[in-house]
Amino acid sequence: MSKKPSATIEQKPNASSTSHGKAPINAALTQAQKIELFSQMVRIRRFEERSHRAYTGKNAAGGANIGGFLHLYNGQEAIAVGCCSLMGKHDHVITAYRDHGHAIAVGMDTKALMAELYGKVTGCSKGKGGSMHFFSPERNYWGGHGIVGGQIPLGVGLAYGVKYKGHKGSAMAFMGDGAVNQGAVHEAYNLAALWNLPCIFVIENNGYSMGTSQARSSAGELAKRAEAYGMAWGVCEGHDVYEVRATMDKFLKIAREECKPAVVEIRTYRYRGHSVADPDNTYRTKTEIEDYRRTKDPIQVFQTALIAEGVLTAESAEKIDEAARAEAEAAADFADASPYPTPEDIQKDVYWESDNPDQRTSQGRLFFN
Amino acid sequence: MSQLTYREAVRHALAEELTRDPNVVVMGEEVGQFQGAYKVTQGLLEKFGPKRVADTPISEAGFIGMGIGASMLGVRPVMELMFWSFYSVAFDQILNNAANVRYMSGGQINCPIVIRGPANGGTNVGATHSHTPENILAAHPGVKVVVPSTPYDAKGLLKSAIRDNDPVFFLENTVLYGEKGEVPDEEYLIPLGKADVKREGKDLTIVTYGRPVIQSLVAAELLAKEHDISVEVVDLRTIRPLDIDTVLASVRKTHRVLVVEEQKPFCGVGAQLTYMIQAEAFDDLDAPIGRLCTIDAPAIYSPPVEVEQLPNPQRILKAALALLD
Repeated sequence: MSKKPSATIEQKPNASSTSHGKAPINAALTQAQKIELFSQMVRIRRFEERSHRAYTGKNAAGGANIGGFLHLYNGQEAIAVGCCSLMGKHDHVITAYRDHGHAIAVGMDTKALMAELYGKVTGCSKGKGGSMHFFSPERNYWGGHGIVGGQIPLGVGLAYGVKYKGHKGSAMAFMGDGAVNQGAVHEAYNLAALWNLPCIFVIENNGYSMGTSQARSSAGELAKRAEAYGMAWGVCEGHDVYEVRATMDKFLKIAREECKPAVVEIRTYRYRGHSVADPDNTYRTKTEIEDYRRTKDPIQVFQTALIAEGVLTAESAEKIDEAARAEAEAAADFADASPYPTPEDIQKDVYWESDNPDQRTSQGRLFFN
Repeated sequence: MSQLTYREAVRHALAEELTRDPNVVVMGEEVGQFQGAYKVTQGLLEKFGPKRVADTPISEAGFIGMGIGASMLGVRPVMELMFWSFYSVAFDQILNNAANVRYMSGGQINCPIVIRGPANGGTNVGATHSHTPENILAAHPGVKVVVPSTPYDAKGLLKSAIRDNDPVFFLENTVLYGEKGEVPDEEYLIPLGKADVKREGKDLTIVTYGRPVIQSLVAAELLAKEHDISVEVVDLRTIRPLDIDTVLASVRKTHRVLVVEEQKPFCGVGAQLTYMIQAEAFDDLDAPIGRLCTIDAPAIYSPPVEVEQLPNPQRILKAALALLD
């Protein structure tokens, strides 16, 4: 159960928040932009909590609203919001299956996202992808991928495409700390470094690859592996959106201007299980979760900073939270009221050609039933 | 018309498409400076430069995945696998990412990539380098699978594959690379999914694709000369989409079918074909459908014995006679 952030929760003073707020990329933010960053983080939190309720609850017919897996982003919000807030026209994003936060951060409509979770035809992938497969190519968001590390070569391909077309841009390829031991990730590192591709590999290190702690799964320092490929690397704290932005801005500029890749580890924490259905008590304690929430909750940290800056008040923060709850509720209502795809829809969106029969050039049977 | 080798025909298709569309790039291991492990890409680096013809490290998951990602942005990569056998180390990229990304995104993303390279036995390279994965590839909705048998087909089909907006997997054959055939001097395309009747006949239909087409034509000639049997040879050319109509038309003419494939029998392309033929032309069949495959074991090294493991004209001839008995 999640409590709404409260200004009265005991806060560990966070000096870094203030110092990173003075970084040029953050100092340049208007009050409205800061409020927008805060609002996005709150909207992600409330969306995730609402989807969690839908997942664990029953629909009117007594069935599940949401099937399959549900990997929630609670606790990691400052990363997606901080990184995506730096995107320009030719910057691209790809991530793994914990993909709701990035989708909201690039500006996708939460109604379409919730409807996708509900498996409805109004979903962002028409109910064909589910929780792990949110995409929005028009917002340079390329998913939403299911296999640990499998999206990282695609991210390098996006960076390659940006460079091939002569654009000044980048690809941010997000992965969890569990992905760093996958071979595909290392192949991707090598290619990006060898070919000078503008790809920033972002490791969202929440401490656990599913239920196995970093200490039990990964040798050495995660981002430092970049050195083996001659790549720049950095580490930052993921509970402070200012720090995320200041760190990523530095590497993104190098990527865009000099076509150089980098690996950035952003240390964070997730409040829910790897997926909602997974037990949370076999590998960590409730106290550990509560300690993080109490001292480093990214929303609380930013709220405190913005109140100190005079950008927010407790009352205006509360209003943002109320709006985010209402938005999440409206998204759930929309999803609930939307129709499912039909069996006739199953074979749509398989081939470009079968979806564009008037432009088809091949012949013969594409489907075998 | 010119006499070109299969290798040259593939090369000409690549060169023409590189010239036509600035979004086409050729990438793979040894495709540039080394001139291609099988010399298919010889001269392309010199002609088109390193931006268009790029040598990759030995890193199939990495570079195939990179090609898929680039294709989502509208680049049209033609990726060479030195052997299709190496697809196993890029399986997740090929069959999770390329095959599924359009579907998972609700049709928002296209993946216009071509992955090409040889997939065959018969060169004594042992079990790990002799895979023929067309059945495994074609089992994934979202992909197209092409297996050309002649220089003419290889060129026309590869040009269509490169222009296709869906992922196309193009399986060549090292044994055929040196085989010559007539190829028009003017530009032409062959649509994917269109079978070709390579020899007309009336007593038996052999349905096949890839190198066994060439072997079946040899067998058909022997059957005509030595046994007065008239064999029709249908070359599928493309496994998916599948031109089942041409197959069924031939079955309705000859009433007997032998499916020949350089595949292991279990769950092979022939299994699907025989199912479809019996389902759609049961009353036209005068005999059970016959099937000749690679003998069901990993590819043997021993050179003279590998010939016997694979389809060959004598094995095809025997199987045909058994059907006509």
